[in-house]
Amino acid sequence: METMNAIEVNHLTKKFNNKIAVDDISFNVKKGEVFGLLGPNGAGKTTTLRMITTLLKSSNGSVKIFGHDTAKEGRLARSMFGLTGQYASVDEDISARENLMIFSRLNGLSRAESKQRTQELLTEFSLLDSADKSLKDFSGGMRRRLDLAVSLITRPALIFLDEPTTGLDPRTRTQMWDTIRKLVAQGSTILLTTQYLDEADQLADRIAVIDHGKLVKIGTPEELKKQIGGTKLNFTIDKSSQMTIAVQLMTKQLDESIGQTGQQLSATLKNINQLTPLLVTLQQAKIAISNLTVQEPSLDDVFMNLTVGKN
Amino acid sequence: MEVKTQRGNLIMNTATMAYRNLLKTFHNPDRFMDVIIQPVMFMLMFGYLFGGAIAGNVQNYLPTIVPGILIQTMLSASSGSGEQIREDLDSGVFDRFKSLPMAHIAPLAGQLFADILRLVIAAAVSLTTGYLMGWRPAAGFGWVVVIALLAVFTGWAISWIFALLGLLAKNASTVSSFSLIVMLALSFLSNAFIPIKTLSKTMQFIAYMNPITYVITAIRQILATGSWTHEAVLVLIFGIGIVLVFAPLTVWAYNRNN
Repeated sequence: METMNAIEVNHLTKKFNNKIAVDDISFNVKKGEVFGLLGPNGAGKTTTLRMITTLLKSSNGSVKIFGHDTAKEGRLARSMFGLTGQYASVDEDISARENLMIFSRLNGLSRAESKQRTQELLTEFSLLDSADKSLKDFSGGMRRRLDLAVSLITRPALIFLDEPTTGLDPRTRTQMWDTIRKLVAQGSTILLTTQYLDEADQLADRIAVIDHGKLVKIGTPEELKKQIGGTKLNFTIDKSSQMTIAVQLMTKQLDESIGQTGQQLSATLKNINQLTPLLVTLQQAKIAISNLTVQEPSLDDVFMNLTVGKN
Repeated sequence: MEVKTQRGNLIMNTATMAYRNLLKTFHNPDRFMDVIIQPVMFMLMFGYLFGGAIAGNVQNYLPTIVPGILIQTMLSASSGSGEQIREDLDSGVFDRFKSLPMAHIAPLAGQLFADILRLVIAAAVSLTTGYLMGWRPAAGFGWVVVIALLAVFTGWAISWIFALLGLLAKNASTVSSFSLIVMLALSFLSNAFIPIKTLSKTMQFIAYMNPITYVITAIRQILATGSWTHEAVLVLIFGIGIVLVFAPLTVWAYNRNN
């Protein structure tokens, strides 16, 4: 029981009129982990999330939340997580305070508890000043904050965030990241979907890359980056007469094919420690180089490499 | 024991949802208009504009127009139900409701419970306006309460139809414009504002096909005679019939949507 997973997804599948939106996806999310579902638009991230959170019936497969099968114990499972949807799902016509009060009551808190929790959350999410204004005057960031606050009423141990920062400006985005990090520090397990690689890189302990409804890869950001290949090395040979000898030396030392465009050479290093000996070798051969760049693989490369996207 | 907690929850959840619904009604000018402004405005406009032409003077027209406007108000207040449901489904707030550990049916139940309160308010506003204009039904206050309840019940039965429409329609503005047309057609092609005998044979036929005519006739009879009539029983049976047919359909559509 100690090592029980927060979420267990087994062979989850969703068909819409014979079109497969989510195709046999399985993964586990450990307690206390931040797990990212990464994929291009239309890859099936939200559909997967909606099935896990019982908003959508799956065509096949099962989901367990803290060991409880969502198909059999839906209500119990629902009491264990908070969900923040892609579109701020709060009431537009009423104030932030009223929203929090109503959702507190619906979560089963007493009137007094609801009042107290509402005040706490308004303070925590710096919404006190606008607590009684209509949401129509709220900025996108404020709305998201309120939305997240509503998901946290019961202090759930598991939180689902569907594209938490889509459409936010860079400053509000960073604020949102800070808030999410704070939740992680408090011990929450988080599953988030995102189409932003830097977001997944910044926040997630592990990432599942989804494309065309299939799970293409799963691992830590580092593992995924490693998979794409090592560090990229680029430089220019000053004298074109030295090209042949340079390529020969490099091929021998790196045991890799060397890319050649004009006087520019590129190679992939399996390990960053290969760099210094290589530069020494070139220097000993009196080959002058310039414009040296060393590039760690980014998640962008992973993304481009693994996904095809809708087009 | 467990069943009891669940039932308690359902009642609590429904009450909260109804509270939310009423808050929205009073925060949203459109809905507020349907319930408060429209009955007052129609009562004044129709009474003072057509009173002379149709009944000789405003005073004589009131026994005709008050039940007419009352039922028209019930129709437009009940149509709000469908719009509200569609809006909630579209806005994503329903997703949140569904993700909460609350009674599954509570959002729909809350809506229809709030409808009752909305209808009661709208009925009270209509009748009070009539009273202020000098309407004094011979049957007395007790029977006014009876016809108000009959009107509210009719409106509530109809709000199940609108709720179903809201669940099936594409978007809230479709529901809104359709509801308006239905409301206008049902209230004007009836005896709500005019004596039916002044109409041509075809129009009379249409008016007699319109169930609203019977509701209004029943209310006028009760107010005139101070007794429960045969027509009123029919209206009651018809209303129960609507609920028996549409409540299961609406719940079915609601569950299908989820």
